[in-house]
Amino acid sequence: MAAAHRLPVLGPLALIAIVIGLGAAIFAYTAGWFSPQRLTPDKLVAAFAPPTGVALGHRRNHAKGICFTGLFEANGAGSELSQTRVFARGQYPVIGRFNLATADPNAPDATVRVRGLGMQISTPDRQEWRSAMIDPPVFSVSTPQAFYELLRASGSKDPNALKAFAAAHPEFARFGDWAKNAPWTGSYAEERFNSLNSFVFVDGSGAEHVVRWSLLPAAHPVAVSPDELAKRGSDFLEQEIAQRVASEPQRWTMVVTVANPGDPTADPTEAWPVNRRSIEVGTLVAQHVQAERDGPCRDINFDPTVLPSGMRTSDDPFPAARSAAYAKSYDLRTAEAKDYPRTVTGAKP
Amino acid sequence: MTRRHGRFAAWQRLLHWLMAICILAMLFIGVGMVSTIKPIYLTLVSIHKPLGIAILVLALVRLALRLRYGAPSLPANLPEPMKLAAEGSHYALYALMIGMPLIGWGMLSAAAYPLVLFRGWHLPAILPQSDSLHTLLWDAHFYLAFAFFALILLHVAAALFHALVRRDGVFETMASVLTGDEVAPAE
Repeated sequence: MAAAHRLPVLGPLALIAIVIGLGAAIFAYTAGWFSPQRLTPDKLVAAFAPPTGVALGHRRNHAKGICFTGLFEANGAGSELSQTRVFARGQYPVIGRFNLATADPNAPDATVRVRGLGMQISTPDRQEWRSAMIDPPVFSVSTPQAFYELLRASGSKDPNALKAFAAAHPEFARFGDWAKNAPWTGSYAEERFNSLNSFVFVDGSGAEHVVRWSLLPAAHPVAVSPDELAKRGSDFLEQEIAQRVASEPQRWTMVVTVANPGDPTADPTEAWPVNRRSIEVGTLVAQHVQAERDGPCRDINFDPTVLPSGMRTSDDPFPAARSAAYAKSYDLRTAEAKDYPRTVTGAKP
Repeated sequence: MTRRHGRFAAWQRLLHWLMAICILAMLFIGVGMVSTIKPIYLTLVSIHKPLGIAILVLALVRLALRLRYGAPSLPANLPEPMKLAAEGSHYALYALMIGMPLIGWGMLSAAAYPLVLFRGWHLPAILPQSDSLHTLLWDAHFYLAFAFFALILLHVAAALFHALVRRDGVFETMASVLTGDEVAPAE
């Protein structure tokens, strides 16, 4: 103990202070507290907020939607691409959600250009395949950072912000062309929904295939002008799909398309050439439709990175960004559940 | 809990340092992953879950060892407030080592996320799907993570204080993984 008294105490105390201060600083740096420019899930989710304010208790995007339940009927052909159980011939239960790409859960249906379908397929070995698809053939931007800038430009008070964005992002034109010129339909059942993002399927031999997938409607699409749709009422899509499914289950064929080497797998604004190998792997069947408020899809986060074994993410940067943002949106809306109260007593808490 | 002379048992020291690495990694991964949307987000999340379960298992083993072997006595001349702080902070550390993984597990269960540890390896849900439970556990997981890190900084400061300022042998009871159980008695 004698040596202790010879040491000045100030030196060791300073050393301790430096160690602790450094530890705290590295932690704060990791948490992004010194990096205000870092694109965090919080910032990305906040950028969806409409000028009228967020709709508490609802998804921060694709806020308007309606639940369905049904089946995925796998025909077995997908096993060539992935060893996942979902592709083994059989029927697997599905919880899904038809939705509109808007932050406003009360937006009139005819005012929202992009329509979506979220699905969760469950297998007996407790694996899940969740996917959220939309109806445009390509995505609007190439990177999550550009998507954030698009949201900022769309929400900007500067009338030229969107023009400036489009000029800086020429790939936006492909989506813009679809939005402007593609026909509208009067039903979710007539829409083709696309993963747009690429994923990697791993087959039984361990070989990997980079793929995208689409749901092709069994119903024949009938073009209807937006003006005509506007006359059908604010919620015509929800009413139509509820009636349609009640009279007859609605079906979509799931088609998986395989990239060739060199195809743009990381950029969802680039469609792959039409001659790429594609395989019909099964049929999605919507059997029952339920309102979201008390419905089974309400509390599911259709996180596209929830994948069964035999599937994984690719070099496409979007699924990771979507996963991070969806989780944030989920955390926010579940904390606000009292602002979107359930009506059925005994409904799932 | 029994008190004894000398060092912590070799297994206790090994577990302490192994868990120190795991828990620090866990906390850094945690704050890092919730602040990014880059592809590394998925990598970090995929480490965070199995590492959390590993920490839970190690913490339970460590608790059993602690109950079996106890801990070396604190120096008799340690001021009473420091003794209280030492004992209180260790209860808190054990509570967090065991509680944080359970809270995380419960939080994911209440959100109905599948709990994939490794390819095809699943944990069962320990809670039903619930908005209110998810929110409660999410808040707890978030704020307790910062409390945990603050407590670890305090723990490191106290360890260094024992080693460099008081030089009372407390640091040495846990310091080395490789040497034997006994320390040379103070002169």
